[in-house]
Amino acid sequence: MKTWAICLNTFRETVRDKVFILLVVFALIMIIASRIFGFLSIGQELKIVEDVGLASISVFSLLVAVFVGTTLVHKEIDKRTVYTIVSKPIHRYQFVIGKYAGLNLTILVNMVVMGLFFYLLVRLMHGTWSSGFDMAIALIYVEVMVVTGLALLFSTFASPTLSAIFTFLVYIAGHLSNDMMFFGARSQNIFVNIITTGLYYILPNLSRFNVKNEVVHGLPIPPNFYVYSILYGLLYCIMLVIVSSFIFERKNLK
Amino acid sequence: MGYAIEIVGLKKTYRSGVRRRSVTALNGLDLCVNRNEIFGFLGPNGAGKTTTLKILLGLLFPTAGSARVLGKPVGDLSVKAKVGFLPENPYFYEYLTCRELLDFYCRLFSIQKSERGKRIDRLLARVSLDHVANRQVRKLSHGMLQRLGIAQSLINDPEVLFLDEPMAGLDPVGRRTIREMIHELKAEGKTIFFSSHILQDAELLCDHVGILREGRLVNTGTLQEMLTPKLASYEAVVTDIPEDAIEELSHIATKLEKREERFHLLINGTENLRRMERIVAQSGGLMDSLSKTRGTLEDHFIEFINPQPGEAVNK
Repeated sequence: MKTWAICLNTFRETVRDKVFILLVVFALIMIIASRIFGFLSIGQELKIVEDVGLASISVFSLLVAVFVGTTLVHKEIDKRTVYTIVSKPIHRYQFVIGKYAGLNLTILVNMVVMGLFFYLLVRLMHGTWSSGFDMAIALIYVEVMVVTGLALLFSTFASPTLSAIFTFLVYIAGHLSNDMMFFGARSQNIFVNIITTGLYYILPNLSRFNVKNEVVHGLPIPPNFYVYSILYGLLYCIMLVIVSSFIFERKNLK
Repeated sequence: MGYAIEIVGLKKTYRSGVRRRSVTALNGLDLCVNRNEIFGFLGPNGAGKTTTLKILLGLLFPTAGSARVLGKPVGDLSVKAKVGFLPENPYFYEYLTCRELLDFYCRLFSIQKSERGKRIDRLLARVSLDHVANRQVRKLSHGMLQRLGIAQSLINDPEVLFLDEPMAGLDPVGRRTIREMIHELKAEGKTIFFSSHILQDAELLCDHVGILREGRLVNTGTLQEMLTPKLASYEAVVTDIPEDAIEELSHIATKLEKREERFHLLINGTENLRRMERIVAQSGGLMDSLSKTRGTLEDHFIEFINPQPGEAVNK
């Protein structure tokens, strides 16, 4: 009940803050993009709208995850709202889990609204809505959950600016971890090999959550891939929340 | 029953700055607060008042020493369930309404839904915020925020209440309202521990006070004990005194001032008082008035927060 109260409160605060303005921006970009690219690429309008639509859902959700996630704990300490919460009979890990779940709930609602808008646009353009779109959006959500977890982790010990930089760097490295492993394996240097292998296992493999191109171009994806990717993502999130809680449990709230 | 609050040898050291220099906020604090009393925790800015409060509430971890509230170590959830806390200049979630905010705090105490509504209405009425129950926190004035802070600190009907500078930034009416509320809470059987540097409020409120300086308790006691001087002190006004008698009086008085043909003297102790009366009578002078002086909390505060000459300052 206590964790749920913090989750619901985080949701309510972020919704009443500025997060939904992003939705309006997203909607406008979708409309403008489909109109402009429709004129430019005769016969490819639908593909362009699908491409831009999925990319927009991904980018806008990631923006919310990074910019709200990195201030998640820091803002509470900075604005001193945390004092009246941690002094109540709750465990600190309940606070961390509640904040994380609350932001994920906000992002979920954002994505559902964006997804519906995307669905309507595809249907208006007489396109067919395949289950691949649902799965692509689901994987984007899992990826955003991982990024939110990273932002949360960094926000337990660093300033919002530093946290945003760290999150962004890990996000890029996470998309390149497959390539890193590939080049490391080809390297003659044993140390490079060890480092790239280590990074591959430590960093989140975010490329697992990117199936946008395959879905838009109708390429087959085995169902196992979805299951393992979602499981991998959820496990990674749990690990991030545990580490964040561990740090926050020991933090002096000055 | 034991003490409401018991602090033994509490130390807190921070690391700050790029060079991670060590800063001592508390330096071996010992303190006991009885149940059902109003305890004023006084000290200048930076003396360690807020640090102590934060340790008692489990927000900071002590470097050394121990602290117990209601007989249990601080941070224990069963203790947290019985305490209330009003931080200095409280901040709350700005986009929530007063009612939503209090409902949120009720949930942190696992208060059942059927009880929540009644309790929130009662508290909002008590702090005179019932007319703004559905107004967002960001639209409240400073005084209203302070009262909302008190409402949230009372949401669990606490046994011990920690108030950090509860009167800071309030107008005289607001300060009086909070003072009256603190008296009511004591009458209900609660222990109130409040930090302040507004001495007038402490003088009007407290049963016991403790004065903190550089992380150490330099004096503690009842207001009565603090305000009764160790040596009785008298203020006398005399006239028609010859020069040689003035010379004699200057050796007895701790302070001697001439104001419009009258001499104002400050005399310490009854022995000196008798000597002064004898000198005035023998010289043919006239004593216009004589009164016993009473120290103020401010006098004691200033006396204790200023380091004595030659005293080592612990850092």
